[in-house]
Amino acid sequence: MIINHPLLGPRDSQEFVYLGDAALIHRPDGMADGSLDKFIDYAYLRDNPAGEHRELWYHEQGDRSWLVVTRNTVTHEITAVELARDVARREGRSK
Amino acid sequence: MANPLKSLTPLGHDAPITETIGAVTITENTGTALASLAARLGYEVEVASIAQTAAIPLPGPGRIEFAETYAAIWLGPEQWMIEAPFATHEDITAILKPIFTETASITEQTDAWVRFDITAPDLPALFERLFNYDLRRAGVGAATRTVIDHLGCYVIRRADTEVSILGPRSSAHSLHHALTTAAKATF
Repeated sequence: MIINHPLLGPRDSQEFVYLGDAALIHRPDGMADGSLDKFIDYAYLRDNPAGEHRELWYHEQGDRSWLVVTRNTVTHEITAVELARDVARREGRSK
Repeated sequence: MANPLKSLTPLGHDAPITETIGAVTITENTGTALASLAARLGYEVEVASIAQTAAIPLPGPGRIEFAETYAAIWLGPEQWMIEAPFATHEDITAILKPIFTETASITEQTDAWVRFDITAPDLPALFERLFNYDLRRAGVGAATRTVIDHLGCYVIRRADTEVSILGPRSSAHSLHHALTTAAKATF
C-alpha cells in the first residue's frame, strides 16, 4: 500500500505505523463536567465501518509526522491524506 | 592500538575505510559535523531570516541544500539537520547556538550517525534492493529518511552517481553489511 504523504509524496506503508480512528485526536477535557463518561467513550468505543474510515498514521520511519488518512477499509483505496496538525488547527486547536 | 584515547571511526578502525565492490565504492566518511535544528513555536520567521544571514540554507521537504560552509537536510516541518566540515566545526552546537540564540533548539548529532558515501554508475539499481524510496524518481538534491534493513537511515543524493547514507552509529556494522551485500548482488 502506498500513502501519498502531503509533504513527501508517495511513500511505502512499511514506513508508517497505524494508530487507529482519527477521532482519537478529539481528546475530551478532563476537567469538564461529565468527563468520566466522555473518557470511557474516548478510550473504549470505536466505530468500525466497512467502507470509508478516517484514521491516524504515524510516519515513524520518515519525517515522524502524524497524518489523517481517509481510507476505504474494504478496498484499501486512499482518498485523502492530511497532516494531523493541519486538521487540528482547522478545528481551532493547537497553534 | 598505539594511543588508547584516540577516537575510533564508527566501524571501529583508526581511520575510515574505503572499499570497492565491482562498480560500487563505499567510503566511511568521518569528515562531517552534524547538528539538528528545530525552530521553536512562533519563531519560524526569525529562524528563516537568521539562517539566511548566516548563510545556512533551510531547504523544503525531502531536500538537501548546499552553501559554502553549511548544508542542511529537511527532517520534518521546521526541522533540519545541519552539516558542516568536522575540521572547523567539531563543536558545531557551540557555533550554532549563539547564531540562533533562543529562537531554535539545537542538538549535537555528530556522534549519533555513521555516514557512508556510495558512488556507482547506476545507483537506483543498487538501492532498489535496499529500500522502498524511489531513487530513480528522486533527482540530485533529494534527501529523506527511510528504512534499510530495519534501520532508520537518511538517504542523500549528492550527485547523479553519489549517495550518502546516514545511519545509526551503533548499528554501523549492520548497515555496512547490508550495503556490501547489496553491492555484491548488483554488480
